[in-house]
Amino acid sequence: MLRRLLRHNETYLVLLIVALCAAIAVANPRFLSYENVSGFLKSCSMIGIMAVGALFVLILAGSPDVSFTAIAQVVEYAIAVATLRWGGNIYVALLAAAAMGVLLGLVNGVIIHSFRVPTIIVTIATFNIYFGMLYVITAGKLINVVHPMFRAFGNTLLFPQTSPIGGTYGFSLMSLVWLAAVVLGWFILRRTFLGRGVFAIGGNETAAERMGIDTRRTRLFVFGFVGLLSGVAAVVHLSIVQSVVPNIIVGKELEVIAAVVLGGASVFGGKGTLTGTVLGVLLFAILNNGLTLLNFSSYWYNVTIGVVITVAITNSAYQQLRHQRSRVHVKVEA
Amino acid sequence: MTEEFLRLERIHKSFVGVHALKGVDFALRRGEIHCLVGENGSGKSTLIKIISGVLQPDSGQITVEGQRVDHLASAATMARGIQVIYQDLSLFPNLTVAENIALSEVRERGGGIVDWRKVRAIARAAMDRIQVDIDLDAEVGELPIGLQQLVAICRALTSELKLLILDEPTASLPKHDIDNLFAVVRDLQTHGISVLFVSHKLGEVFAIAERITVLRDGEKVATLPPGELDDDKLVALMTGRTLTRRRFTFSDPGARKVLEVRGLSKRNNFEDVSFELRAGEIVGLTGLRGAGRTELALALFGISPAERGEIRVEGRPVRIGTVQEAVAAGIAYVPENRLVQGLVMKLSVAENVTAAILDRLLTRLGLVDPTRKAAAAVEWIKTLGVKVSDPAVPVQTLSGGNQQKVVLAKWLAASPKILVLDGPTVGVDVMAKSDIHDLVRGLAARGLAVLLITDEVSEAVSNANRILVMRAGRIRGEVATAGVKVEDVQRIVEARA
Repeated sequence: MLRRLLRHNETYLVLLIVALCAAIAVANPRFLSYENVSGFLKSCSMIGIMAVGALFVLILAGSPDVSFTAIAQVVEYAIAVATLRWGGNIYVALLAAAAMGVLLGLVNGVIIHSFRVPTIIVTIATFNIYFGMLYVITAGKLINVVHPMFRAFGNTLLFPQTSPIGGTYGFSLMSLVWLAAVVLGWFILRRTFLGRGVFAIGGNETAAERMGIDTRRTRLFVFGFVGLLSGVAAVVHLSIVQSVVPNIIVGKELEVIAAVVLGGASVFGGKGTLTGTVLGVLLFAILNNGLTLLNFSSYWYNVTIGVVITVAITNSAYQQLRHQRSRVHVKVEA
Repeated sequence: MTEEFLRLERIHKSFVGVHALKGVDFALRRGEIHCLVGENGSGKSTLIKIISGVLQPDSGQITVEGQRVDHLASAATMARGIQVIYQDLSLFPNLTVAENIALSEVRERGGGIVDWRKVRAIARAAMDRIQVDIDLDAEVGELPIGLQQLVAICRALTSELKLLILDEPTASLPKHDIDNLFAVVRDLQTHGISVLFVSHKLGEVFAIAERITVLRDGEKVATLPPGELDDDKLVALMTGRTLTRRRFTFSDPGARKVLEVRGLSKRNNFEDVSFELRAGEIVGLTGLRGAGRTELALALFGISPAERGEIRVEGRPVRIGTVQEAVAAGIAYVPENRLVQGLVMKLSVAENVTAAILDRLLTRLGLVDPTRKAAAAVEWIKTLGVKVSDPAVPVQTLSGGNQQKVVLAKWLAASPKILVLDGPTVGVDVMAKSDIHDLVRGLAARGLAVLLITDEVSEAVSNANRILVMRAGRIRGEVATAGVKVEDVQRIVEARA
């Protein structure tokens, strides 16, 4: 049992998170309070939702999608403008955002499947197209006032408490959206043939084809799903910050990918879990908080992201190398 | 037992400009182990693809279990119980044993949701059928190749299996796993399952087949029981030529010693290895896989240097700690897995041939002289008879035998004194094998000392004048081949300490 646990990356992540939390809690006991934890979970919901999509792509292709932040940025802007002009309710806004995200994601999927180009190359291109077009059309204008429904949506609390100084706090609906994305992702990956197809293609595409898995459908699904999650993440973000700065989401893609890789997803494809992904997101967020709390420059956070990606990649490669070398071992008789 | 499972009549199949199958008749009995042999390009793969429904014949008739079949689509084939295990096994290295075995079958049964209990139950049942026990939760990529093969067989067993086609199943298997595989195949036979076994390792064909069908140039040459054939007859049927195989004899036992190895050791690799090579000699080095043969070769070539012991080249002690030092000492090494270690597959034949001698093809400015490079490439292509239309084509487009010649050319261009060949004929067909043997003898006749490392004792016996037998990291015997029987050497190889 213990040996099995120790083989899982997740075990180490949990230990690391517990250790970090304990250390911070010693310095500041309020860290583990209901108020702080729930606020903290709310703040990582956008990254968390996006990470689910990034995990799907890494399993499928072993090459990351980097365009999902641009998709979210475009969707956020478009939804903010459209709701100001035409009104509507939060359900329509979510649906429209999801639909728009799916469309933009499918563009990636179609190009990648039709021309067999590495995901990262295609998505660097579409990232620039989407983000560039956004600036061309909007001239980068900020939106300071958004439709009030986003404020209501973003401030919805489950199990609310009143703090002694008058404000309320509680488990945010935004965290619930994140949880829903994780559960949906888990269900698809673990319990459906569509999800097992994603793993199969990531492991051995030729064999997947021979088994009769529709690689085109699967690939389109994954990139459409990434788009959908980006659209939802955009609405969540809009509801939390209640304004639009048209370059605030882009740039977070590396943070998301690093979290997923830290969570154990292989940069060679075919491997990764949602538990690991959630833990990766949490660990990064705690680290970010902790560094700020301990008065480190926020650039140390960037350094951490870089180090994590480097270690994760070299570790995967090292494991493969060790696997090859383990062959060269002869039992020499005395 | 004589009931017929499959009959093909007058099957024709052409691809653009190539008549791959020219009116082939073929029949397979229920519960029969049938071997299909033929050289590369003889139409074996096309025939398999037609039987398994991947390709449609242009004309001809297919009958399965007495019923005429017009269009065997892939799914329909599986429904009829015909499964192919390709050489690459088509497994998912990132998934568990249970999922690899059962996913396809559970998926066939419909529904979009995976029932993991069913997956495990089906996998367990398949393993029970051939009495193997592999951890259901192990990741397939972590298993040794022999177990991976069993996983692939279990997967074939999850559906109603009537004919199992194994395409070159033993190419990458160690001896022990081959025996294991044969036991499983015979076990399938007792369940009434037919097995079509494609191979060009003749020894194995004779060991397992009840009937052998030989294809040559898209035509069926014969279907015979192994009792009516022997190695020479089978080779003659496959190639259309009679190969006269004379044993190699060493004409000059007093020739100068080119290589002397004394007490060479490397922890966990080999221990106290001593031998010598004379100019013009071919010395076989054989032993089971994992005996330390390849490790010894890697040490001689400086890839993973020895820790203790002495190496002398032409009487002078040399230190071999790197590949550069080995090359400078006059040692060349052609690795076993030429695809991985010997060639840059995407570069041209010419680039590969000259890769080791670029420093001798420089202009005065220190740049590579293209004219001299091209000339050197053409010369070696001619000397070794590499079949290639243009030295500029990528190596990966060549056949296995020709690729092996390119690796040879690459190292011979550096004019070495000692040539270490590790499994030079692994995975090449009969004719190319014979060509390579002739080539090696020709090189020895020119004064090169050759160390021929091989799995096949018969290859060592007929192509070397002495054989060193390695077992568990030590040299356990040395046999002069003159008048020696293959079985005698094999006994030393397999003996337990």
